[in-house]
Amino acid sequence: MTAGLVTLGSLKVASREDLSQSITGPEATGCKATACGSSGGPADMDPATWARVKDHPCYSEEAHHYFARMHVAVAPACNIQCNYCNRKYDCSNESRPGVVSERLTPEQAARKVIAVANEIPQLSVLGIAGPGDAAYDWRKTKETFRLVSAQIPDIKLCLSSNGLALPDHIDDLVAMNIDHVTLTINMLDPEIGAKIYPWIFHDHQRLTGIEASRVLHERQMLSLDLLVARGILVKVNSVLIPGINDAHLLEVNREVKRRGAFLHNIMPLISDPDHGTHFGLTGQRGPTAAELKAVQDACEGGAKLMRHCRQCRADAVGLLGQDRGQEFTMDLVPEQVAYDPAARAAWRDWVAHEREDRRAAVAEAEAATRAEVAPQEQPLLVAVCTQGGGRINQHFGHASEFRIYEVDARGVRFVTHRRADNYCTGGAGDENRLAQVIRTLEGVPVILCARIGDCPRDDLAAAGIEAIDTHAHDYIEPAVAAVYRARKAAPAATRTA
Amino acid sequence: MALKIIKSQCTACGACEFECPNAAVKFKGESYIIDAALCTECVGHFPKPQCAAVCPVPGTCVPV
Repeated sequence: MTAGLVTLGSLKVASREDLSQSITGPEATGCKATACGSSGGPADMDPATWARVKDHPCYSEEAHHYFARMHVAVAPACNIQCNYCNRKYDCSNESRPGVVSERLTPEQAARKVIAVANEIPQLSVLGIAGPGDAAYDWRKTKETFRLVSAQIPDIKLCLSSNGLALPDHIDDLVAMNIDHVTLTINMLDPEIGAKIYPWIFHDHQRLTGIEASRVLHERQMLSLDLLVARGILVKVNSVLIPGINDAHLLEVNREVKRRGAFLHNIMPLISDPDHGTHFGLTGQRGPTAAELKAVQDACEGGAKLMRHCRQCRADAVGLLGQDRGQEFTMDLVPEQVAYDPAARAAWRDWVAHEREDRRAAVAEAEAATRAEVAPQEQPLLVAVCTQGGGRINQHFGHASEFRIYEVDARGVRFVTHRRADNYCTGGAGDENRLAQVIRTLEGVPVILCARIGDCPRDDLAAAGIEAIDTHAHDYIEPAVAAVYRARKAAPAATRTA
Repeated sequence: MALKIIKSQCTACGACEFECPNAAVKFKGESYIIDAALCTECVGHFPKPQCAAVCPVPGTCVPV
């Protein structure tokens, strides 16, 4: 049923019914009625916090199925040097933090945000994440927020910072209703910091060595404390650098949680000589997926972990995992754009109902799994091809990343995403691409997609991976649970015995 | 007595522009330039020229 294969990002929103039809396919119009009236969030979050993060794709795993963010690259100046960063280099095929293709003035940025809001109704968040430091290049950040919020009052504003200059602007942040701030904190120990930061610029001086990291650390803790005290939600990003701060990140996790960080996002170092970074040029490697997961797992129980980060560019546009930035370069943005709130309002209205429906379907599936599968059964990893909406709605051949879920009798949990297109692949052909996908899916025996061709299905099967497209357009978690039940359910005779 | 910016190395981040105490740095074309008539090398303001202290690319803000 190809009719349902739509790109969420390009939906034209007319009504809730149209949305249901285009996402779920013609036979599934409207909500599958559910009696569940709860509008509360996940069980591990209080309702007030849930209300603040439920539409923020970077703060809520659930929200990232429905809502999009955009970054505008208005803040190129930075006050520290990181060994994993070199802003001289950009490649439009690359996706990693700090990379942009064009820098914008605040006026250009405001026009671009409005053009995107008119085209992408899922847009809920405007972030400024550099390519320098949004709090150091504060005048441009502040002017951009002022211009945008004057026209789109309900857009969430957030910024990323290393924390060095942020305490100087805390009153401005509160006055501008900036609700979410991401601090990049890679260390508590200045000895470790000295291996990551060659210098900082603070109080009109360039500081180097351990002193630089000591000052940076003190200012980062001050930023965290000030933000928490003023009621701003803080996400802490940490770059996992094997051999430098991998073991240390457990201490970072405990400390930022103790000080009130809402979420901790441990990201892998991206390191390549072609990026021209100090780490890239000196052969410092990034962590393997297993090393990253080991550190993340060791931190469970500390600050809540974010596992769905896509380490996006400083000018990314769209749902996480997709970047439509190239559709909105300044030469494509009209000189005059007027904001039309209708599409975003219709989207929010639809999502509110869709979420209830999905939540009920998940609860039902998990109950069925508990009833049919013994609790001691081994968990199963399942890869999913999706383009948003919380559904299995992407053709295998179109997927550039896979969301990995773990399922057992206790339920279905999102574990991570794995990308098959991390860097420029140098024009590798289809054969190589499938081989790359198979490597990406190592340890994952099942993949769910909307459709798949016979050839790749056979190749996957030869590699021990079962591709299933009979759950096309279903909600992800119930489908994953159904696959698990089909594989693990005890025969009725033994269950009743 | 003034500094200049080596255009081919400038990333145009603009940090020098707002750190300069003399408003001697301006954006022109594709990079920033320092107005030698206004530049004092920060003497009397700071111990070291601010543009060179904040510039992310070594050897880019240099004495004329």
